Amino acid sequence: MTLFYVFAAVAVVASLLVIAQRNPIYSVLLLIASFGALSGLYVLLDAPFVAVTQIVVYAGAIMVLFLFVVMLLNAPHEETDYDETVHPLRRPGPMRFGAALAVALVVELLWALTKSGGETGAFPDAAVSSVRTIGRSLFTNYAFAFEVTSVLILVAMVGAVVLARREGGPSAPPSA
Amino acid sequence: MPTLTHYLVLSGVLFCIGTAGVFVRRNLITILLSIEIMLNAVNLTFVAFGRSMGSADGQIIVFFVMTVAAAEAAVGLAIVIGLFRHRESLNPDTFTSLKW
Amino acid sequence: MPAITPLLVAQLVLVVVVFHALLLSAAAMVWVERRLAAALQQRLGPIRVGWQGLLQPFADVIKLMFKEELRPKAADALLFALAPVISATCAFAAFAVVPFGARTTFFGLLSEPMLLQVADVNVAALVIFAIASMSVYGIVLAGWSSNSKYSLIGGLRSSAQMISYELSYGMALVSVLLVGNSLSLTEIVNGQAGAWFGVIPRWFIFLQPLGFLIFLTAGVAETNRAPFDFPEAEQELVAGYHTEYSSMSFAMFFLAEYVNMVTVSAVAADLFLGGWHGPFLPESLGWIWFLLKVSALLFFYVWMRWTLPRYRYDQLMKFGWKVMLPASVLNLIATAAGVLYFGG
Repeated sequence: MTLFYVFAAVAVVASLLVIAQRNPIYSVLLLIASFGALSGLYVLLDAPFVAVTQIVVYAGAIMVLFLFVVMLLNAPHEETDYDETVHPLRRPGPMRFGAALAVALVVELLWALTKSGGETGAFPDAAVSSVRTIGRSLFTNYAFAFEVTSVLILVAMVGAVVLARREGGPSAPPSA
Repeated sequence: MPTLTHYLVLSGVLFCIGTAGVFVRRNLITILLSIEIMLNAVNLTFVAFGRSMGSADGQIIVFFVMTVAAAEAAVGLAIVIGLFRHRESLNPDTFTSLKW
Repeated sequence: MPAITPLLVAQLVLVVVVFHALLLSAAAMVWVERRLAAALQQRLGPIRVGWQGLLQPFADVIKLMFKEELRPKAADALLFALAPVISATCAFAAFAVVPFGARTTFFGLLSEPMLLQVADVNVAALVIFAIASMSVYGIVLAGWSSNSKYSLIGGLRSSAQMISYELSYGMALVSVLLVGNSLSLTEIVNGQAGAWFGVIPRWFIFLQPLGFLIFLTAGVAETNRAPFDFPEAEQELVAGYHTEYSSMSFAMFFLAEYVNMVTVSAVAADLFLGGWHGPFLPESLGWIWFLLKVSALLFFYVWMRWTLPRYRYDQLMKFGWKVMLPASVLNLIATAAGVLYFGG
């Protein structure tokens, strides 16, 4: 139980710091910490395969991509036309509205989630799955979705290469 | 012992943190990071419900969500790079006019 | 508070023993590398510090400890300090799921047999892969936070190389998982017990020769060792991502590199060379065979470094994407076909 609270606290604090930090590199690193905590929570939920996949895919690949882009763009922190030190709920205009909406969402979501009838008890004792059952289900019941995701990844790869290309093709001199 | 409610509350809080990040931050990369936080909160919900119902379907859906998140992060970052090359800024407020 | 059983004590002792064995193996690798390099180059190498130079690594460590700890003024202090810690931590953590001996009761001291593995996880092979993908961060952060051009280029090149070769590493790993029919390293090793015709051991290297070569090559590239060490080459980039580091931080990077080498060799020995199984010795002394196999692979590592010329960076990346990745995918497909045909 304490392990749950430790992981949950790390995840929440790291996520809060992600959106509060101004240096994007620190944001990316804090998000990696948050993913690590979530991975621990997945282990507590008897899902070791998802936990390891979270580290491999999210923390090990997607965040490396983010880190490379942040380093490539080299934008240390955002220039804004408002005072950064003021709390979001007191900033002018749409930002105050957005922050108020986020608070309202928290309240409403928590009220809705804690009200779900009947299934809020403790977890059943049976361990759910091994990698074998996940694999079997993935390749029989969800085989079509699996193949579609492979096409999706291919499309994303090609799209990313095309979108990030410099104008005029690879032989044009860099514009910066 | 943590019950399902604990996990749901945690994922609700994480989802709202992500949403607040999308609303409040003025940096394209941080907005994308907040979207990743939201997707992770949803993953946690799926795995928690899958565990409480005793089926492996929760974990399988998480697998697909991770794949889609990876694809979306790649394409989103490529778009951010393209935008940055044009305006030299990561602030979404500089991209308010339809003229390129 | 769990009860202090002999099993718990034995497991804690095992953690301490494994940690110190890794540290000692890094020190031993320093000595082996220098003496072996000397032998390959027909000179003597360090022979004066202690008998046959065996105290040389300790002299090196003491020298490094007394050096001044520098930090460039424009460097990001937190990340600069964090990067070697990440490298070293991931290197040690990956060894936590590597089994190196059979179940043993330590000559009857324990009431039930304990596996010589710090953590018996049933997805151990994936954990190794996960921690390998986390060790990219140590390098890329070191390159970025030093705020110097050599470091940045070295760091980015090195991390790009690591993530490219991770793909072939993973594919070769998956091929072995298909043959071994489990994700748990212990079960894979136990599937290699026995011998065909009583003579040829049932090691997976005979079933997966191409996979073994791909795994080892990708492992060498992952640990940034020659011939794939362009990002830290002395002649090209000063010292790559650890240019600005000195004293113990530098020592931590080197420790991380040697421990990574040991881990890759240990995992290869478990997956392909039968782990702790071997003739003539009883099962409980199988860790001796394990040590011999890991030493053979480490010898191969050092031999390659001092024999082969270095790959240029673009040649290296081309090799990784255009040769290794298709080869590993073909290997996977062929293995899957073989497993289906021969009935697993």
